[in-house]
Amino acid sequence: MLAAAASKSMADLAREYGLKAEEYALILTRLGREPNAVELGVFSVMWSEHCSYKSSRLHLKTLPTTGPRVICGPGENAGVVDIGDGQACIFKMESHNHPSFIEPYQGASTGVGGIMRDVFTMGARPVALLNALRFGSPEHPKTRRLVAGVVAGIGGYGNCVGVPTVGGETNFDPGYDGNILVNAMCVGVADADKIFYSAAPSAGLPVVYFGSKTGRDGIHGATMASAEFDEDSEDKRPTVQVGDPFAEKLLIEATLELMATGAVAAIQDMGAAGLTSSSVEMAGKGGVGIELNLDAVPQRETGMSAYEMMLSESQERMLAILKPGREPEAYAIFEKWGLDAAVIGATTDTGRIVLRHAGQTVCDLPLGPLSDDAPLYDRPWVESPKRPRLDPADVAPPADWREAVMKLMSCPDMASKRWLWEQYDRHVMADTLADSATAADAGVVRVHGLRKALAMTSDVTPRYVRADAYEGGKQAVAEAWRNLTAVGADPIAVTDNLNFGNPERPEIMGQIVRAIAGMGEACRALDFPVVSGNVSLYNETNGAAIPPTPTVGAVGLIPDYAQAIGYAKMRAGDTLVLIGETHGELGASLYLREGLGADGPGRDAWAPPPVDLAAEKRHGDLVRTLIREGRLHAVHDLSDGGLVGAAAEMALASGVGVELRATSLVHAHAYLFGEDQGRYLLATPDPRGVLERAREAGVRASEAGHVGGEAFASASLFVIALADLRQAHEGWMPAFMDAAAA
Amino acid sequence: MKCAVVVFPGSNCDRDCAVAIERSTGERPQMVWHGESALPDKLDLIVLPGGFSYGDYLRCGAMAALSPVMAPVIEAARRGVAVVGVCNGFQVLCEAGMLPGALLRNAALKYVCKPVALRIENGRTRFTAGFGERRDAVMTVGNGEGNYFADEDTLDRLEGDGRVVFRYLDNPNGSSRGVAGIVNDHGNVLGIMPHPDRAFEPELGSADGAILFQSIAASA
Repeated sequence: MLAAAASKSMADLAREYGLKAEEYALILTRLGREPNAVELGVFSVMWSEHCSYKSSRLHLKTLPTTGPRVICGPGENAGVVDIGDGQACIFKMESHNHPSFIEPYQGASTGVGGIMRDVFTMGARPVALLNALRFGSPEHPKTRRLVAGVVAGIGGYGNCVGVPTVGGETNFDPGYDGNILVNAMCVGVADADKIFYSAAPSAGLPVVYFGSKTGRDGIHGATMASAEFDEDSEDKRPTVQVGDPFAEKLLIEATLELMATGAVAAIQDMGAAGLTSSSVEMAGKGGVGIELNLDAVPQRETGMSAYEMMLSESQERMLAILKPGREPEAYAIFEKWGLDAAVIGATTDTGRIVLRHAGQTVCDLPLGPLSDDAPLYDRPWVESPKRPRLDPADVAPPADWREAVMKLMSCPDMASKRWLWEQYDRHVMADTLADSATAADAGVVRVHGLRKALAMTSDVTPRYVRADAYEGGKQAVAEAWRNLTAVGADPIAVTDNLNFGNPERPEIMGQIVRAIAGMGEACRALDFPVVSGNVSLYNETNGAAIPPTPTVGAVGLIPDYAQAIGYAKMRAGDTLVLIGETHGELGASLYLREGLGADGPGRDAWAPPPVDLAAEKRHGDLVRTLIREGRLHAVHDLSDGGLVGAAAEMALASGVGVELRATSLVHAHAYLFGEDQGRYLLATPDPRGVLERAREAGVRASEAGHVGGEAFASASLFVIALADLRQAHEGWMPAFMDAAAA
Repeated sequence: MKCAVVVFPGSNCDRDCAVAIERSTGERPQMVWHGESALPDKLDLIVLPGGFSYGDYLRCGAMAALSPVMAPVIEAARRGVAVVGVCNGFQVLCEAGMLPGALLRNAALKYVCKPVALRIENGRTRFTAGFGERRDAVMTVGNGEGNYFADEDTLDRLEGDGRVVFRYLDNPNGSSRGVAGIVNDHGNVLGIMPHPDRAFEPELGSADGAILFQSIAASA
């Protein structure tokens, strides 16, 4: 690599490594000289979008990140919140989009591995995983292979490590044909007084590498993840890392055991940009310097250059700075778990990163320009034109109501995803109370040995964000808050995973800016701070960007898990109570997208349902109170598919019929399919008590139907046997995936 | 009851087994590292837990079967100590020759995780006596290689001797004759694919696994 580089000018090489001409010029200014090839490699990954957040940082700063429960906000490996009893919950969501499109099994697999490392690096034992997946149209020839590969990869990694996968979401949209999204979230639990950080505390401490050996896989992965795709994107397969979940399992146990000895001064996993970013960040954050002897790095292959070692993204590797003299204890643990380990350097007081290899100094750079002083862009942006609100009177009702309901419940976004989540171990660790198989709006995992439980969810509705980035950003946060509330949890905090196209295009940058603004407003209104996050830009192929997808992961706390609730326990005789206002919002709804109306307006021209955050809070607080008072048998939030979607899922999960009441207030199809926000559907044996409590709280509530029989029905509009509805709902995905074998 | 749970590199249900046994029987098991060449004295039960020992590279359970700890486990089994292998532990028992047959890739070629209804085919073993007259149980499976295979003669012999202890009502992985759990010819070694260690409290969906551990404790 070095030899090849010598024949090119450094400026050419910089371009090849993904640096812009002006960025290379900046490097020359900062250094006062030309970098060598290793140094240029270090600069290029540290200044990549993936590592530097150079396009998004200005806007991310506007998000609220503090609160009474926040122990550590964004900037560390993951966010940390207080969950009482001297315990902390540590969580984060991260994308692995680009690699998963190129090589779905390994891409998804290493996405899961990477996010787990971010969590246990801080001292937490991972207790749950979630994943948010966006695939292209089911009709696209690549979709099945990508679904099969991604799902096998997620399962292959999480199942082996032994952390339950308890929730997530899966969408299909032609907008993801060229760039799928794989967002993985990990939640862990630690003692609040034993959180580990990455900043090196002082000079003169040993830097220890442990875990798997370094190979040539994943070189320039961070750079690849910071660029668009074209016809040749498949050629980038060598930049995809290869995961070894067995090694990760050993690494978790060894790391937690090492931390328990008190020998660790600072620690960081080697993720994107591998040894480069871990060493630069640890020394940079600590305000010290670092010197590494690359000859000591455990290597999987012979003849690796300094450049290759520094840029490799081989998986399952950690970098720790130990307290003086504690190496023997550490080595005993590494040996027990069969891990490679070596002291590869020391912290210094120079404020520089110095790398030695084969008797030569191959890199000597000041740390400032690599991290704190990396480029920061205030990119030009334009907001997409506001779309008009859709009047329900302008939308035709279904020609055939029964068919419309069946089509809704079997459309790719609504159909059961059993095919995929049955491939995930959801029960290992024996603390899972609600998972994808449970009819509940969030995953629920009890805190080991205690009565309390963590609730967790991942949400965004990309078609709303595409229609209005600001309202869509608000909605993503509100829906996450609502889903936590609907299982009986107090929502605590958010991790965001922002997936967008090329930020150099003002309209894409406009989506980013406005979505972040909307998310920020919702987080402030709902006391729901952002404690960690990840940004994935350049999700484009040949100039076509993905729908804007700011995924929101969120965690809440259930004080006593006996009070957790789902929507599988409705009983015949219960009354359905609808909480919240219904105007019949059909703009950007599944009703329009799936063409359920007889005819109608253009599908993609209308504003999404607005979110009234004050009402959202009021409604949610009421529902949580009703849950804790034990007045409810079932709770479900209203989202995709509106009242029909929620009631049908409740009926299928509970195995009992529902008769929805028609209303004369708005058009029946707008009432039944409208996606108005801030709403919940409750099943209760005590409708009078519930309505009374709603009246006291100043919350609009109405009887929406009753529970009983064996059909899903609404007055004269439709009567569908539950068995038929179930077949439609469960049938789509297996039929779709099995067609792959044909 | 004195009990040990073996921990192989890559075991991931070792804690689950220990917790399940303690909650079911009140006895806290000792954790035994795979590299040990001796077991604690006077054990009544040895558990080989689920997981992916050695990453299940090569073949599921193949490398764990050669771990140092397996020599004393085999020896203890010979003396009549109860041994339970759950999931990956079942695979280890087959690889170690302590149970007949093998666990192959699931017929659908996919990992499968779901609750399964089981029929208790033999309620007179030390693992199932606590079920009394009950002949049904629910536990979850989570496996990619849970497809039990043995030749027809072996299967006939297992059935004839009452050694097929648990059978799936709705076979999730293609196991021969729906076999979910079998015992050895002395009736003291059980291999079971579903997880009793994930079914020890009603809030986990089933407490039937607790009965299994309680049965062993009662016979100890």
